[in-house]
Amino acid sequence: MSSFVAQAQQSRWARIKGSNLVYDFMHNPVAIVSFIIFATIVIATMFSPLIAPFDPYDPTQYDIMDSELPPSWELAGDSKFLLGTDAQGRDLWSAILYGTRVSILIGICAVALQAFLGISIGLIAGYIGGRVDSLLMRLADIQLSFSTLMVAIIFLAVTQAMFGTEAFNRYALYMLIGVIGIAEWPQYARTVRATVLAEKKKEYVDAARALGFGPLRIMLRHILPNSISPIFVISTVQVANAIISEASLSFLGLGMPVSQPSLGSLISSGFDYIFSGSWWITAIPGIVLVVLVLVINLLGDWLRDVLNPKLYKG
Amino acid sequence: MSLLSVRDLVVKFAMRKQTITALNQISFELARGERLGIVGESGAGKSITGFSILNLISQPGYIASGNILFEGQDMATMSAADLRTIRGNRIAMIFQDPMVTLNPVLTIGQQMVETLQAHRNLSRADAEKIAIIKLREVYIPAPEDRLKQYPHELSGGMRQRIIIAIALLLDPQLIIADEPTTALDVTIQADIMELLLDLCQSNKVSLILITHDLGVVSQMTEKTLVMYAGKIIEAGPTREIVNDPQHPYTQGLIKALPQQTAPGERLSQIPGNMPPLSDVPDGCAFHPRCEYATDLCRSTTPEIEDLGRVKVACHEVQRLNQRATPKEDSA
Repeated sequence: MSSFVAQAQQSRWARIKGSNLVYDFMHNPVAIVSFIIFATIVIATMFSPLIAPFDPYDPTQYDIMDSELPPSWELAGDSKFLLGTDAQGRDLWSAILYGTRVSILIGICAVALQAFLGISIGLIAGYIGGRVDSLLMRLADIQLSFSTLMVAIIFLAVTQAMFGTEAFNRYALYMLIGVIGIAEWPQYARTVRATVLAEKKKEYVDAARALGFGPLRIMLRHILPNSISPIFVISTVQVANAIISEASLSFLGLGMPVSQPSLGSLISSGFDYIFSGSWWITAIPGIVLVVLVLVINLLGDWLRDVLNPKLYKG
Repeated sequence: MSLLSVRDLVVKFAMRKQTITALNQISFELARGERLGIVGESGAGKSITGFSILNLISQPGYIASGNILFEGQDMATMSAADLRTIRGNRIAMIFQDPMVTLNPVLTIGQQMVETLQAHRNLSRADAEKIAIIKLREVYIPAPEDRLKQYPHELSGGMRQRIIIAIALLLDPQLIIADEPTTALDVTIQADIMELLLDLCQSNKVSLILITHDLGVVSQMTEKTLVMYAGKIIEAGPTREIVNDPQHPYTQGLIKALPQQTAPGERLSQIPGNMPPLSDVPDGCAFHPRCEYATDLCRSTTPEIEDLGRVKVACHEVQRLNQRATPKEDSA
């Protein structure tokens, strides 16, 4: 029996290795490079407390006397601070590691929230149809007619004014996740609804009904797994979008506080000093942000091509 | 008491401009272990009959009136939760195209275990054991390995056999097979039909076989309904209907069988097409295509009459019988 199980596991691994997805990945240099960069960034940020030489959240670890030191390769640079320091004397390399972690965390959590809301609403709208569908989709249209940033700015500005900056800063992370998550659910809802409409006409759904399965089981176990590939594709794009939204909001001072910087708030904090020659405080986090978003989008593009070869390889 | 008794079933579809009557006063009885064939052209309402027995007609269709009594319970008025305890469990359905009936993202094992667990309180291991037994019954080689495979890894005939195994999983009293072999190769068609017949006979399962193939019906079933434009036009024992069809439409169908034509001759066919359900002519729906049609046929809808051996809905059937020469047994 045990050898039987081992054989099954081996064949599953072999199946994954032999799948189209992996084959296409191994033959696509853009995808490989993007994935390596993305994986490096994610792993580095996950272990940032181990990698970073300083803790940017701990004010006792930095000294105002070290402020605005350029990167170590510049003449005035200090070898202690690889990428220089910001206006408060904080090591930029450590701050970027921690900041990217915050950005990715917000991006993924916000997208998880979007996906949860959007997939549930899309499944219900598509499967039940009729008035429920019309109502939910009009809600989605209304939500889409407000731009994400506008909704987020209004909401965050009002809460900041109501609860004061101190309380706001404490819960900024959760509020950003919530706002970005709620503002973008229609993207998922619409896509999921469209695929559900296509899937529910297929005969296996009739067969499932003829086997006496209830609507919840049919939705979650039969239709949803068949709609998963567009969900994957939007998820990658949405993570990139959420990271950009977060950065924009933080840049506008409505996101993460400077004491717990994200990439956006680092860019923002350096922006005041850019004309005094301290370009690195803004430019280096900016480059990290661009690279991060770019590789996520490239991976998303690749995934879209692989999962939907008919539609996009015109 | 008969297992299934359909009485005056009317199914309508509410379209944008008009309401279409897809099934008009359908009545039939099915005893335990009995096999019934439903034949007719595309669009005659055969599949809708099958679906409405399970009360699976979806929008914009609805059951307008009539009863579908399954063991005395009326499927037409039953709650959704009660329906689910019957669907798959006591009445199973086999669909036309095995390529699309199985869920493409679940393995055969997952689908079979899920079906069992939806109706019975079984552990996964027990459910898998039952699944393997049922797969053996439909002559699937190496059933243990099949459980781990996805539908796309199997051939059409294999998939249809797995679908039959799923239909048999919960030992239903009735199987509704909606053109189960239309999408398969001719050689496999015969195998599948033979398998289905064997399983129904050995498990004492009733069968409703929906098909357009009178040859299949004559081999598989004891009773036959001939449908045309949403109505039953002839019903009775299969042997009678195949050997001595009464209704001009049934006669036309039998004559059109390739076996009825000598080599070198053209196949005889019924002229014209079945009218769309949105535009059924007055009187007998078949009259525009019928060579015996009279003014009465054009104005009045014939009721179904019991002629002793079979029931027929045709005004001219008495006159036709007098004129017709005795037919030789040919099927």
